[in-house]
Amino acid sequence: MNFLKRFARNRGALIGILILLAVVAFALLAPTLYPQSPWRPVARPFLAPFVNERFPLGTDTLGRNLASGLVHGARVSLMIGVVSTLVALVIGVPLGAVAGYAGGFVDDALMRFTELFQTIPSFALAIVLVAILQPQLGSIVLAIGVVSWPPVARLVRGEVLSLRSREYVQAAVTIGQSTPRIIFSQVLPNTIAPIIVMGSLMIGSAILLESSLSFLGLGDPNLMSWGYMVGAGRTRLLDAWWISFFPGFAIFLTVLALNLAGEGLNDALNPRLARGRE
Amino acid sequence: MNLAQFLAGRLVKGVIVLFAIAVLNFLLIRAAPGDPAQVLAGEAGAADAQLLEQLRARFGLDQPFLTQLWIYLKGYLTFDLGFSYRQQQPVLNLIMERLPATLLLTGAAFIVSLAVGTAMGALAARRAGKWSDSLITTLALAFYATPLFWIALMSQIVFALKLGLVPNVGYETIGANYTSLARALDIGQHLILPALTLGLFFTALYARMMRASMLEVAGADFVKTARAKGVSQARVWRRHVARNAILPVVTLAGLQAGQLVGGAVLTETVFAWPGIGRLMFDALVQRDYSVLLGVFFVSSAMVVCFNIATDLVYRIVDPRIEAHA
Amino acid sequence: MTAPALSIEGLTLALPAMADRANAVEKVTLAIQPGETLCVVGESGSGKSMIAHAVMGLLPKAVKPVAGSIKLAGRDLLALDEEAMQDVRGREVGMIFQEPMTSLNPVMRISDQIVETFEAHGLHDRATRRARAIDLLTEVGLPDPPRLAKAYPHELSGGQRQRVMIAMALALEPKLLIADEPTTALDVTTQAQILKLIDNLRHRHGTAVLFITHDMGVVAEIADRIAVLEKGVLVEEGTADQVLGSPRHPYTQKLLAAVPSLTPAELPPLPETAPVISVEGLGKTYRKRSLFGVAREVKAADDISFALVRGETLGLVGESGSGKSTVGRCCLRLIEPDRGRIALGDLVLSELKPAELRHQRKRIQMVFQDPFASLNPRQTVGRIISDGPVAHGTPRKEALARARELLELVGLSANAIDRYPHEFSGGQRQRVGIARALALEPDVLVADEAVSALDVSVQAQILKLIKDIQSRLGLAILFVTHDLRVAAQICDRIAVMQRGRIVESGPTAAIFADPQHAYTRQLLAAVPGGGRFGH
Repeated sequence: MNFLKRFARNRGALIGILILLAVVAFALLAPTLYPQSPWRPVARPFLAPFVNERFPLGTDTLGRNLASGLVHGARVSLMIGVVSTLVALVIGVPLGAVAGYAGGFVDDALMRFTELFQTIPSFALAIVLVAILQPQLGSIVLAIGVVSWPPVARLVRGEVLSLRSREYVQAAVTIGQSTPRIIFSQVLPNTIAPIIVMGSLMIGSAILLESSLSFLGLGDPNLMSWGYMVGAGRTRLLDAWWISFFPGFAIFLTVLALNLAGEGLNDALNPRLARGRE
Repeated sequence: MNLAQFLAGRLVKGVIVLFAIAVLNFLLIRAAPGDPAQVLAGEAGAADAQLLEQLRARFGLDQPFLTQLWIYLKGYLTFDLGFSYRQQQPVLNLIMERLPATLLLTGAAFIVSLAVGTAMGALAARRAGKWSDSLITTLALAFYATPLFWIALMSQIVFALKLGLVPNVGYETIGANYTSLARALDIGQHLILPALTLGLFFTALYARMMRASMLEVAGADFVKTARAKGVSQARVWRRHVARNAILPVVTLAGLQAGQLVGGAVLTETVFAWPGIGRLMFDALVQRDYSVLLGVFFVSSAMVVCFNIATDLVYRIVDPRIEAHA
Repeated sequence: MTAPALSIEGLTLALPAMADRANAVEKVTLAIQPGETLCVVGESGSGKSMIAHAVMGLLPKAVKPVAGSIKLAGRDLLALDEEAMQDVRGREVGMIFQEPMTSLNPVMRISDQIVETFEAHGLHDRATRRARAIDLLTEVGLPDPPRLAKAYPHELSGGQRQRVMIAMALALEPKLLIADEPTTALDVTTQAQILKLIDNLRHRHGTAVLFITHDMGVVAEIADRIAVLEKGVLVEEGTADQVLGSPRHPYTQKLLAAVPSLTPAELPPLPETAPVISVEGLGKTYRKRSLFGVAREVKAADDISFALVRGETLGLVGESGSGKSTVGRCCLRLIEPDRGRIALGDLVLSELKPAELRHQRKRIQMVFQDPFASLNPRQTVGRIISDGPVAHGTPRKEALARARELLELVGLSANAIDRYPHEFSGGQRQRVGIARALALEPDVLVADEAVSALDVSVQAQILKLIKDIQSRLGLAILFVTHDLRVAAQICDRIAVMQRGRIVESGPTAAIFADPQHAYTRQLLAAVPGGGRFGH
């Protein structure tokens, strides 16, 4: 209860959650709101926004309903964001935990490996992976997951390292608890909080990454994605600005909401640190 | 360890990284659907059967795995990054032509974002709790969530097309044939919008980090000591708080090198900036995989050099580093 | 009677709403004469540090002065604005703090930090400032001042950094020096040197000193006058002789009684039986790895040997860096020793494989130093205590029942089972730590600075508890401590450690009466207030 109270006190976090709920709602309701495929042209091209009730956000270069594209795009963005973040967590958390707890040679080797990945420009690697493996949902999720895991591994390793030298963990060793038991009951519960916070922030970066890939034309050609929509409107910026504007704005709102919620989570789970914000 | 040892160690590490990337490139070529020869030829050469035969022979594609790997890596050692059949030029040449433009763009974006970001963050920390702090923090939050390609497009519309303040696309005014100073100014004008939009995300990041770092350092014991000596508030913030708070931000900036280089791809595409990012985009569209992997390799090399540079700066700025190793 | 250097009248500092009391300090009245040392003594939370910060105008934002005045040479400091206070700070009042390791700007050279004091008050020109800085470094007894002036803080030891702090505080020859627990974080020998330094400078410059401390020994060593604070209220004040010799207030009496005497207690002789733990040739070396260049070796423990019988307490005494903690941890194989033999009766602990080691761990247990860090904040007390037996196969219910008994044994109520660590005080948490260690019915207990983080009155209770438990259960105890007073009261034998080796060992009474090794003599001489608390 304490946690929820702290979270609620943060206005930004509340706004973030509300926006997120709205986005999720739109995503879930997409088939009901716009049952037709967003790829189908439904009116004349370059219809301005806020003019026609049926096309509240206008239409694009091929006469497709922008609002429909947005709503369907929400599903795509959220889904790819969440799944690729899970992939990154599945790779990064165990790697970081093992490195942090084992120490010594294992830690060194794993950290060199992580450093290697962090030196490679992540967006460039994602482009290369998706281009080579051909743009489709699977390769996109894999590529994003593969470039996003290093910070998670670092975080988990850092947490586990600091916990390993904490006296209550040492006490657990002296009373004879087995190593797996120590990791599960002493170490991991105290690392869950930062992992959750980082995870929520990562969903935002995953969405940014996915939309950037789609903008460059590396999106799954069957999925209407916000990034693709921004890219599609590039050639008519001056006279049909809304085609690029609304999808980009949707990305901005969603990522902002995720960041706000993530920070709210952080403050709620670490009340000591919130003090710094005065 | 001293400077020479440090440099030697980092260079060795850098070479290992580049070696790993070369191996990765090799594996990616084989992982791509289709025949490796077709991948190397790119879409332009895929139809030419004779070309494919030549490639097979040259890269020993019918030989054992390790031999192929060795042949491929040998190419990198002799600075041969492949050949673009579409452009009919060695990949290395294509890249070298465009590298300066990208260095200029990323360099400018880095410096501006670090300078403006830390200044804003420091200001927000000093005015913590007041409206100027809330404003800066909110802006930072917003820019941190802004998709780069979108803000690039939007600022193109507003500042270039509608308001005509800066040029819309390109590196310099074509056909104007400026020389030295005039040319530099012209390029500078073209640089403004791309550099600012590329750096926007990082400006926000450094502002947030600097603010948090300053607030944390402000509570440190040595700050209390300085105040107890009668040092003025302004000087305490400058010489004690900011000077120490900036250290983790510099470290962070170093880690962002990879992101910066990656973001250049988007910026150069939107603003038609003639750098290696644009080259990568064209290679994507043209399915010219040799160029794609070549740019990937070079951008990684850029990041390695950049990391070494920031580590050097950090060593200069933090006197404790010599003692640690 | 000359005018006092500092005169505090009826000072009340209010705390924010959520604190455990309304005021940090209430209606405190103190005065210090020029050249005099006034010690303000109290336990943690007494508000003594707040008084010091209030004089300097460095109170945290949440704490506000609501009544009273602080007059320095007649001027009320509470009435001054920030600019005027900046002038006062450094020039009329100097202050030194507790933690030398974090009290200097890590990226500024020593000389620059001292020069800054002159700069801040617009005194002298550049050359003179630098020359004065070197003079000051010489005056505080630092070696090779010209070289040290160019160094960075991380190149200096804790004692050296504290000397630099003193140099900075006294640079402008202020009338008053405030010292907020300046030696608490220092080794006892370094502490003795710093106390002497402060005293010398005081005599030389006629500075009044406001010395904040919790250590009665230090008070006995240096105070001209003493003020005792209990929970923000001044309960006793007077000359050192008055307060220490004939204390009037019960709290003062309690504090004085809690200080362990430096005269070893009379302990009954122990029967001659086979040792329950014997250590032979224990060694642990740390190597600093480096890619290029020579690796540095530090012998944390070097050829350590000792043995304990049932019911015996051996004190491992030394300063920081002596290796005493390392030895304690090696005995449990919490740190793996590099060489040597550790035997618990017939069992050779040092040769066990990890799986077998885990089973045998119950025979030797540890009580840790930090009551706040040694209990998992997310687990109930019952869980913490019963985890040990459960890990060795006891069903949870049975272990919890046993935990209830143990809680009673250590002086806590059995309902503590369902409560969380943060609901308890430091002393109570240490009792839980002891209960946890006893849950496995060990033969040997290693107490690693088990009372060092506690207030002196709580410390006395915990020491009594440990002694009671030992006589009841016949435990052998390896007591690691830096505090010679504690060792005098609780240890049958003492082993003095310096830089990884045992330099002297023997029965406590013999060593205290007639120390053989030079280092032991130095250690004993450095204990503050030695003469006073010998009852």
